[in-house]
Amino acid sequence: MNRIINRIVHCTVNRTTIVLTLAICGGSLSTSSLLAQATTRVAPAAKKTWVAPRTPDGHPDFQGNWTNGTMTPLERPTGYGRALTAQQASALEKIRADTVEQLAKQSDPNRPAPPKGGDGSVGAAGNVGGYNYFWIDAGDHMAVVNGELRSSIIVDPANGRVPPLTPAGREKQAERFRQSRRFGEYDNPENRPLAERCIMSFGSNAGPPMLPNYFYNNNYSIVQTKDNVMIMTEMVHDARMIHMKPTAPLPKNMRPWMGDSHGRWVGDTLVIETTNFHPEQLFRSASDNLRVIERFHRVDANTLLYRFTIDDPATFTQSWSGELPFLKMDQLIYEYACHEGNYALSNILSGERAREREAPAKPSKP
Amino acid sequence: MPRRRFPRAFTIALLGAALTAPSSALDAQRPILPRTAAGKPDLNGIWQAMTSANYDIEPHDAKPAMAMRPGPVVPVPAKEILALGAVGAVPAGTGIVIGGEIPYLPAALAKRNDNRENWLTRDPEVKCYLPGIPRATYMPFPFQILQSQKAFFISYEYAGAVREVYLKNPGPPETDSWMGQSDGHWEGDTFVVSVTGFNDGSWFDRAGNHHSEALTVVERFTMTSPDHIRYRATMTDPQTFSRPWSIELTLYRHVEPDARLGQFKCVPFVEELLYGHLRKTPIKP
Repeated sequence: MNRIINRIVHCTVNRTTIVLTLAICGGSLSTSSLLAQATTRVAPAAKKTWVAPRTPDGHPDFQGNWTNGTMTPLERPTGYGRALTAQQASALEKIRADTVEQLAKQSDPNRPAPPKGGDGSVGAAGNVGGYNYFWIDAGDHMAVVNGELRSSIIVDPANGRVPPLTPAGREKQAERFRQSRRFGEYDNPENRPLAERCIMSFGSNAGPPMLPNYFYNNNYSIVQTKDNVMIMTEMVHDARMIHMKPTAPLPKNMRPWMGDSHGRWVGDTLVIETTNFHPEQLFRSASDNLRVIERFHRVDANTLLYRFTIDDPATFTQSWSGELPFLKMDQLIYEYACHEGNYALSNILSGERAREREAPAKPSKP
Repeated sequence: MPRRRFPRAFTIALLGAALTAPSSALDAQRPILPRTAAGKPDLNGIWQAMTSANYDIEPHDAKPAMAMRPGPVVPVPAKEILALGAVGAVPAGTGIVIGGEIPYLPAALAKRNDNRENWLTRDPEVKCYLPGIPRATYMPFPFQILQSQKAFFISYEYAGAVREVYLKNPGPPETDSWMGQSDGHWEGDTFVVSVTGFNDGSWFDRAGNHHSEALTVVERFTMTSPDHIRYRATMTDPQTFSRPWSIELTLYRHVEPDARLGQFKCVPFVEELLYGHLRKTPIKP
């Protein structure tokens, strides 16, 4: 029922003007989020009798729907070690649960329009009260890897942080920043984030690396055939085709979204190497030569352990790695038709044009 | 040398019968199909239709453009697409509709003709919207079937559209969608997919052929050789058509050893069309 409500409301958003600030479009939260997440902590405890399912080719079978939603951030906050104590995790999760409870309260349907200039709400609410937590499924639990509660997804370097950039990496980042400063953030559709334009998901959902977006829809569907492993990311229905049979790599000038992925089995671990990233999808200021290596290993009935390594010596002073669980999901994934109902992008742009007409002297918000 | 199962004369008689009667005698004539571990035809691969049906699924002559305007002597290409010249012209096709004509109800036929007049502003393909079914099958882009013992999934190059064909029916669709809800099962060697839960947004082609949200589609994928699939789809939509009608076409396998599905995420390609007028400084015409 929860799921049905989620979906109906999500579809309705398409046709309303409530949400002016984010391109939520026709997507749906396909987890009955809180219920599903609530089982997270206990689920991974594998029974001794569990036998890893295998495909007819004899490889581990990863097929089905999975979610990597978690509270564990990519980088470790200061003051924490790699492992959290149960008390630390519970405290963080309680803060989240309290916030959820507070923000998930039903909005007053008779509330007035937000005041001119916005109501001060931040993040997904977009200064107009756009989203309350009913919409959001950002994860309610800290990630558990090999029984250890994790404070960050990054495990290498040992401080759990993205390593410093090389001088060339810093220069590239600065150049990008200069480029983006040439425009106001609402000047052109191309100045808006990929997710708002319905091109790719928020954050790095489809990746690679495939990371939680700390917002919603962190859901994946995996299908395995002899020649391919296909990973479909719910947002924005991105089917990533991993070539398992020897297939000619793409020429250097071909740079599709999600790159060019080739996989192989090393024992029971699926190892995927990806290059040829799209210039607009280079993770964390990476260079054109970014190489991402991913490893999937099924550790129990409910858990795929996902590890990734970012290899780009031109940009980072060392390669770096992270790991997080993908948890089994027994629900269906529905169509994420985003672009088809993307009233938000035109509303965002036309809103800014209206503001310029009202106050022509005021420059665009940097 | 293996023993011949039947006397030669008997075999010839069987072959004769096979031409007229679809019976088990046909088994001897069936091409050897790739099969899954479960014994079903293995449809894995990259497939594409070879047809001009995406322009118009009904029979049509070649013409100068999809959008025309009156000229002094005969109609000429509309000015929005005039610069495309022969690139914007329409190739002929005998169509894929069985019987040639879609059995529209009168009001729906009028709407189709109106759609056709307003193709540029109305065709969802122009805006890079999800193609719907069956149009996804015969768009001029390949698609990949991923068939495993647990799943049947189709990934389309056009717009990165996807659909999972459920092998275990999850019940009626909970909401409408562009690609519908697909439920598949095998009838002998034919994979039959029932698609329900459509919205009314997709078209059948660039010629304005349309449907309502009452549309249901039953598709039949029959492998006729290792590299060919006979595809048949039957459309039922009492709000739009006077009776169910069908299309049939052949899907061809991309046989190149390095064949792979390309990527045609066209959303960024249409941003200037859809949002260009909202730029801080619109590009001068």
